[in-house]
Order: sequence, then structure tokens, then C-alpha cells
Amino acid sequence: MKFRSYIGFIMVIVLFASCGDDNDDNTYVPTPASLEIPQLFQDRLLPPVIPESNPLTEEGIALGKKLFFDPALSLNGTQACVDCHRPENAFTDPRRFSVGIDGSLGTRNSMPLFNLAWNFNEEFFWDGRATTLEEQIFDPVTNPIEMNNTWPNVESTLQATSDYPLMFEQAFGSSTVDSVNVTKAIAQFLRTLISANSKFDQFLAGQATLTEAEENGLAIFLDEGRGDCFHCHGLPANPLWTDNTFHNNGLDETFTDRGRGGFTGDPREFGLFKSGSLRNLAYTAPYMHDGRFETLDEVIDHYSEGLVFSETIDPLMKKVAEGGVQLSEEDKADLKAFLLSLSDPSFINNPDFQQ
Amino acid sequence: MKKIALFLALGLAFASCNNDDDGGTPPVVNTNVAFTFSQNWDGDPIENSDYETTVYTNANGEEMTLSKLVYLISDITFTNTTSGETFDAGDYNLIDARTGTGTTFTPGVEIPEGEYTVSFTYGFDDEDNQDGIYQDLNSSDGSWAVPPPLGGGYHYMRLEGKYINNVGAETAFQFHNIRANRHNTLPPGPGTLEELLDTSIDVDLGTVNIVSGTSIDIEMNVAEWFKNPNTWDLNVLFTILMPNWDAQILMNENGQNVFSRGVVAQPEGQ
Repeated sequence: MKFRSYIGFIMVIVLFASCGDDNDDNTYVPTPASLEIPQLFQDRLLPPVIPESNPLTEEGIALGKKLFFDPALSLNGTQACVDCHRPENAFTDPRRFSVGIDGSLGTRNSMPLFNLAWNFNEEFFWDGRATTLEEQIFDPVTNPIEMNNTWPNVESTLQATSDYPLMFEQAFGSSTVDSVNVTKAIAQFLRTLISANSKFDQFLAGQATLTEAEENGLAIFLDEGRGDCFHCHGLPANPLWTDNTFHNNGLDETFTDRGRGGFTGDPREFGLFKSGSLRNLAYTAPYMHDGRFETLDEVIDHYSEGLVFSETIDPLMKKVAEGGVQLSEEDKADLKAFLLSLSDPSFINNPDFQQ
Repeated sequence: MKKIALFLALGLAFASCNNDDDGGTPPVVNTNVAFTFSQNWDGDPIENSDYETTVYTNANGEEMTLSKLVYLISDITFTNTTSGETFDAGDYNLIDARTGTGTTFTPGVEIPEGEYTVSFTYGFDDEDNQDGIYQDLNSSDGSWAVPPPLGGGYHYMRLEGKYINNVGAETAFQFHNIRANRHNTLPPGPGTLEELLDTSIDVDLGTVNIVSGTSIDIEMNVAEWFKNPNTWDLNVLFTILMPNWDAQILMNENGQNVFSRGVVAQPEGQ
């Protein structure tokens, strides 16, 4: 009998202690979130890459969005991610080179941001030097010609605000702002930037009809003898419209920017840059890694008659000695019509992606 | 009664001992079989460092370098030489020879130890070569799929590089192998496709004694694609080969002796 009473006493103590722990910790448990994966992607692609170390949560996504639009990340508080990755431009910069906080010009065109969770190779930037999206986000904050800040300074700046400590606590369980969680939050937001509602997507879903020009443009795109665009830029079975890997597409005879090779040191990769997605071309001018082409017509002209030879040029570039495959003007126009059918106005107007 | 029970128990125990001593039926050991994939040029191993650097001379005399070699195999099948029973996981493997991705592969089927003839399909046969249904292949190498105007399905192989043509100019080649497709007119487009022919290749690797831990190397002699029985002239057939019916047939013929069984590795003592 005495033993039972003793057990009961212990249980009561434990119960109270447990209650006390909960109340003292007041720990926030973030709300799990998931991507709204388009049916087209569900049917044709592998699941998105969501690292176990950074699962999506509603609080993390909200924090990431706030950070993406916040100039507090830059040294002098004048520049946010969005300044060079604008929603109306499918999250790229309409300027050839973005301008840093002190007026410095970049050397490559800002990359558009969408469908990043389907970058299965997980190589980010034009040269693929970042191997996770989180790692990629570390770079511009401290890059001297971009935000030119330091992470300790970013952390102290955000820590001193009235709202960020609570948002970090709600998202990550700690009110202490640290750089890892900053990049995790922004990565969560970026993974929600999904574009899969172009006219061509609707065509694949049986909800739209292509014009004759668009249909002929698709045939050119898929024809080895004319466009042969699909070997690098995908096809209906791969609706990302990029292979997310690296090619020398015959832009230059010599390289001032070694691209992929500048990162790996492998001469076989000098002048290789990542294939950009062909989605949203209507909004993402200028084109190429250095934004040298202002219009889509210039891009098509390049592949048709502007190719130049260099040692690392990709074997998929055809008739290089003649400058390219010499598309007719009609074929060029049709190819352009098809390419523009891959643009997704609902993406750039999505209120979830606006400030 | 107790004596009877004891007698029965002893008898059972002895009977059991007898069974063991006679050998009886040994327990069946099921095992996976691992495969490795290697590539060579007439016996010289092709390593990552050889791509874009090592100059090979093909049977027609052209000097050439390789930039890319990616190929698909499927339906590795084990046929027991005694019972005739077959085992096939029905899976597939994409090998990127340059990066080394997919150069080791274990089919998802366990088989009883024993002697088997081992075979596989290079590419996809028509039963498997369905348009767009493999999410991993759709997501691999940009577009392992084949455009619908060419019959859809998937590439068997992408072999790319450069060669010195008959006027001394460095020229790119794209030796892309797919299901043969014939068109009523070229270039291909909606409504041009007339005929498809399964040009995947059944490869027999011969008989192998499979025990737990067996690993089999499958070698590809890349030079064979250009050699036998058709001496391949890159000056003529170097590009736009996917919609070229005759080129795909020639590839099928030359591919018959491209693959061979390499080292069969087994645990020590087997």
C-alpha cells in the first residue's frame, strides 16, 4: 500500500514537471508545408528535391519570402534579392548585368528563378559551383559586387529588428538569427516558385490548341536537322525545358569567362555554361550567360548562322563551319512562336510571389 | 508410458541426426547479382580523362575523339541451365560512361545460387519502349526521351564527339541510336512517320555460376560500333542519324558484337 502511494506521488510529480517543461520552453513547432506539384510534373518528372535538412514549413516559406524582398541583407540596406530577380521578369534582371550596392557591374546575367526544386543535378549558378540551393544563397550576400555584406552583420541587423527573431523562432525553433537559417528560409521560398501553366502546358493537358506556326516551331525544335534544341532544352517528356547541365554553345572563339571550367579547372570545360530554361522567355531578356542578346530573334540567329568554333564547342552544335544550320526566315519565325508558347503569365502575376 | 515417450523422443532425435548426416536438401540461398559497366576501344580502357583528349582511329581511318557516351540497358535475365527457370526484374539502367554514373547496377531480383545463362537488352525492346512513362529517364540527361515525331520512346545510346573529316576539318558527330523510324518525307514532323522497327539488341553473356556476392562486368568495345560488319564512314553518317532508317539498321548490325562479358568476380573460396 505504501509502495502504491509512493508510485502515485512520483507520477504526479512527473506530470507536473512535464507540464512545467512545456510551459517553460514555449517551443514553436512549424507547420509542415508541401509544394503544389503541377500534374504535368507529377506525371513526367521525378519528385522535387527537398533536402531532409530543410523541410518546407509555412513559417519557413513566409520568412524566406520576407527576407527575399528585404534590403536589410545588403551592407547599406539598399538592395534586396528581388532587385536583381524581379517577379515580372520571371525573377531575373532585365539589365544585362546587375548593379551592386556600390554601382559595381556584374559579369553575368542574373539567372531566372523557377522550378528550382526540379534541378536534379543540384548545380546552381551559370557555372554550377553551388551544389545546393542553400549554398547558392550564401554567395550574393557577401559578394563584393553585389550586396557586399558580411554574415555577422546580416545576423546582427536582423536580430535587432522587432519581427525577425520571432519569425526565426517560429520557423526554426530559435530566435537567434544565423546565416544557415537565413539561407534555409530563402531556399524554402524559392522552391515554391513553380511555373507550369504556359500555353504549351495547357496544350499538353488538352486545354489549348497550338497555332500552325507554333506547331511547326515545335517540329523544328524537335528536328535534329534544324533546331535540335531538345537535346539540351528538353521536350514534352521533360517539361523543365532545360537539362540543367553545361555546354559550350558556340558563342566565342576565346573565353574571357571560362564558365564551368573556371570553377572546375578542367580545360575541357572552359566556356561551358548551364543551359537556361526556355520557359518564360517572353520575360527574361536579355539572353545567354552574359546577356549579350537583347532579343529572341538574335538568339535564333546565333544558332542558325552565328556559331563560332572553339576547342570545347559541344558536338550538338551543327554546321559550325557555316555558322549553323541556316534556318529559313519562316522557320525562325515559327520556332520563335513555339518558344514564346512556353511563357507562363500566371507565374509572373502570381500574388504569392509578389511583395 | 514415460518409457514409450522417451523411446519416441530418442528415436526422433536419431532420425533427425541421420537426415543431417545424409546431406538432405541444403537450404536454398538466394542472392542478388551486381553488374559493372566498362568501356574500351579495342581493349584500351576508356577513362574519364580520355574524353576529348585521346584520339582514336576508327575502322574507316578517321581520327576521332569522344565527348559523350551514355547508353541504356534493360531486362537483365538469368536463365537456370538446369531447370530453365528465368529471373528478370524488368528494370533498366542508364550508364553515363564519362561521369561514371550508373556504372554499377544491381537488378532488383534475387535468384537461387546456381548456373545461369545471363542476357540483357541493349536499349529498350518495344514492350518497354513506351513514350514518356519513365519519370527518372525523362529527368535524366536533359531528355533521354525521343521526340514523338520520331516514334517517341527513349534513346538507346548517345555517343558524341569530333572527328577529322576527309578534307581535314574537325567536325562534330552525333551517333545517336534509337528505334528505327521511317518517314514518308523528311524532315520529320506530324504525320510523317510510316514505320517503326525495334532495333534494340539482345546480348547473351554466356553461362555464369552465380553464388552470393557474384559481380559481372559488361564491357562495351566502342570501336565495334564503327567496324563490324559495316565499316562506318563518318564522312557520310555523322549527323541527323535519329530519323535515318538505314543508319539505325546499320547501328543495330554493328551493335551485335559491341558487348561482351568481362571479369566475373566472386568471393574468395567460391
